[in-house]
Amino acid sequence: MGMELKPRAIPPRGPGMSLIVKEVTRLLEPAIFIFGVYITLTGHLTPGGGFPGGVILACGFILVVLAYGGARAFRRLPPEGASKYDSGGALLFLFIGALGAIFGGGFLYNFLRVYLPGEPFHLKSAGTIPLLNIAIAMKVAASLFLVVMVLTLFKPWSAEGGER
Amino acid sequence: MSLVFLLVALPLGGGFFLPLLDKFWEESRAKELLAWAITLTTTVLAFLSLGWRGIYQMSGWPPPIGINLVVDGLSAAMLIVVNAIALLVVIYSSKYMEDWTPTGKFYGLFFLMLAGMNGVILTGDMFNLFVFLEIASIASYALVGFRRGGEELEAAFKYLVLGSIGSSFVIFGVGLLYAATGNLNMARISLVLAERGGGGGALIGITSAFFLVGFGLKAALVPFHAWLPDAHSSAPAPISAMLSGVLIKVLGVYCLMRVFFNVIGIGEVQANLLIWGGAISMVLGALLAVGQEDFKRLLAYSSISQVGYIVMALGIGGSLLLRGEEAIAGLALLGGFFHLINHAANKALLFLNSGAIEEATGTRDLSKMGGLFHRMPLTGMTTLFGVLSIAGIPPFAGFWSKLIIIVAALWGGFYPEAAILIAVSVLTLAYYMRVEREAFFGPVPDRLKSVREAPAMMNLATVVLALGAIGLGALYLPGLRELVLQPVSQVLLEGLRYARMVLGG
Amino acid sequence: MLYTLAFVLFLIGLYATITKRNLIKIIIGVIIMEQAVNLFLLLVGYRMGGLAPIMDETMTLEEFVSRAVDPLPQALVITSIVISLGSIALMVAIAIRIYEKYGTYDIAEIRRLRG
Repeated sequence: MGMELKPRAIPPRGPGMSLIVKEVTRLLEPAIFIFGVYITLTGHLTPGGGFPGGVILACGFILVVLAYGGARAFRRLPPEGASKYDSGGALLFLFIGALGAIFGGGFLYNFLRVYLPGEPFHLKSAGTIPLLNIAIAMKVAASLFLVVMVLTLFKPWSAEGGER
Repeated sequence: MSLVFLLVALPLGGGFFLPLLDKFWEESRAKELLAWAITLTTTVLAFLSLGWRGIYQMSGWPPPIGINLVVDGLSAAMLIVVNAIALLVVIYSSKYMEDWTPTGKFYGLFFLMLAGMNGVILTGDMFNLFVFLEIASIASYALVGFRRGGEELEAAFKYLVLGSIGSSFVIFGVGLLYAATGNLNMARISLVLAERGGGGGALIGITSAFFLVGFGLKAALVPFHAWLPDAHSSAPAPISAMLSGVLIKVLGVYCLMRVFFNVIGIGEVQANLLIWGGAISMVLGALLAVGQEDFKRLLAYSSISQVGYIVMALGIGGSLLLRGEEAIAGLALLGGFFHLINHAANKALLFLNSGAIEEATGTRDLSKMGGLFHRMPLTGMTTLFGVLSIAGIPPFAGFWSKLIIIVAALWGGFYPEAAILIAVSVLTLAYYMRVEREAFFGPVPDRLKSVREAPAMMNLATVVLALGAIGLGALYLPGLRELVLQPVSQVLLEGLRYARMVLGG
Repeated sequence: MLYTLAFVLFLIGLYATITKRNLIKIIIGVIIMEQAVNLFLLLVGYRMGGLAPIMDETMTLEEFVSRAVDPLPQALVITSIVISLGSIALMVAIAIRIYEKYGTYDIAEIRRLRG
């Protein structure tokens, strides 16, 4: 994933779009990914959070699919893997919620606020909320990616187009 | 009480976990066992909730700020209906869904729907109600199209569009309510509106119109009923049983009850709309059912008609409540809820049997059946029980609930309504007797000679429901009445008690 | 008033949903309805000249409360966007399936189920 711009031999026209789009995508892809992670992780401080972060992550993958065709994106995130992240994100959310019920006052109780206090306006604050944001981002990124893939390619590997 | 969140969290977890198992255990029974375990736990919790009264604070925030789950008489009784039928449906589907490959996906969607319904029943927050309503609805849209045939997809699309319109109306109503009161907590809203003095003015009138259209679409009241016959007859049989048995009641009737009796407070206009919406649904549903040849479509039209009974009883109760005749109003509301329980059990039973018959004979067309009583005695017997109960023949449960509604209508002076109630009962008996005559009695046609009884697992569920068709009548006996039905009518009668219970004081 | 505008948009969506014959146009009608609702929710919480409801270290709580717009409807809007994403995705998937089965998007030609 180098950022250098040395001239290369023009690859044979495979699936996907033109060389310019491919090169720009190759440069932008890590930036989009990092931006998505940033939005997710600072969701408790600034506007953002799990859902926008997840959407940005999914958009990064979708951009790769548009530019290069399905194969390259699926090498990084195969549909089976995506549906595992999809369910896994939701289960992680429920698990953290259940931990709240065990350690604290109720389901989704912010139990880390007591055990792991932080200062307001710092990354380490808000207890379980950043963890929940990560779970949501996983779920949203995977399911949005799956929805778009199912709708555009419509292969038989997944019957429904996104249950939620 | 501190376990009440499991009623939502367990099915939700199951809904996401079970599809994952599809990849590891293609042919394993583990998915079914897990599904049984989850529904059994939620059913036990639902029965335990009869003894619980109070609120559960999500994330530990107190009521007006945080979202809380509320258990009172109405939600406890509703939870039992939903989860008990879900348990029986899961038992039934372990056999029925066997030859459909992605069972994990099926159970996943099923549990999302169950989680949504339990959430709708428990939540004490208007917007949260909408979110759970949508979870249940979206899962049910996908389940209607689960077979992916042409007709199923078409029915699912129709259901999806009309369901989305209904949801948009509901959330517009929620937005109006927030604009009018500055709150989303149901208890807080009802207190704010009560302090302003009844009625609430034009804004509340518009809001209740939005809610009436939205929840009316979900409950398939007559001007908005077009999706129901297609959706309920196209879904797989266990899902039809869930949709007709509980989904329309939770998303439609329960929300109408909660919003109009506990949150906004019922007014004269709303009560009359409920009465006449119910009456038109009853009559039109029954008339359309008479001509149906397709067994499942007939059952679906019958659902429209029977939901009309419940809604009309609600309207009569609300109207009497406004006149201050609390005793008779209580009787009407109690009768309405009693009929809701009976209809849930009976219609689930009939839809499950329609699935067994479709599996055995390969058709849903009544004119192609005949003499099934000889070939499938147990299915025939349970169907007969369900039919007699839903048509209101004396020893069966459906008779008592209809009787209570009619008596309340007569005492309250609603004579034309009582006449409609009786006439539709007769009509119901007529079209169900046609089912019995065409499908179950008479000689066995040649092509059905080889038909065999449904598997034991499927019959277990239907036999339990058939016993319910007789036994549920006992709910009105003194002793049991105080346990289930009386608390429900109390919650509906004293609209502000809900708010006081939630907010304390 | 602006609320009326959101309501008019809602009615336009409803009209499109009910009268159009093309599946895709019906879906667009539903989308318009849902966006009208979102617009309405945002307007409910809006305050003329208000600040974005983000608090930082330079602001006191009183200042924040007195000047920011109501953040609650914004939370509602993002939730309702997520929900409509789910239902629209399902709707489009079913429309594609129907197109595969029948080769048309016209509901008049598809209709096999009757009243």
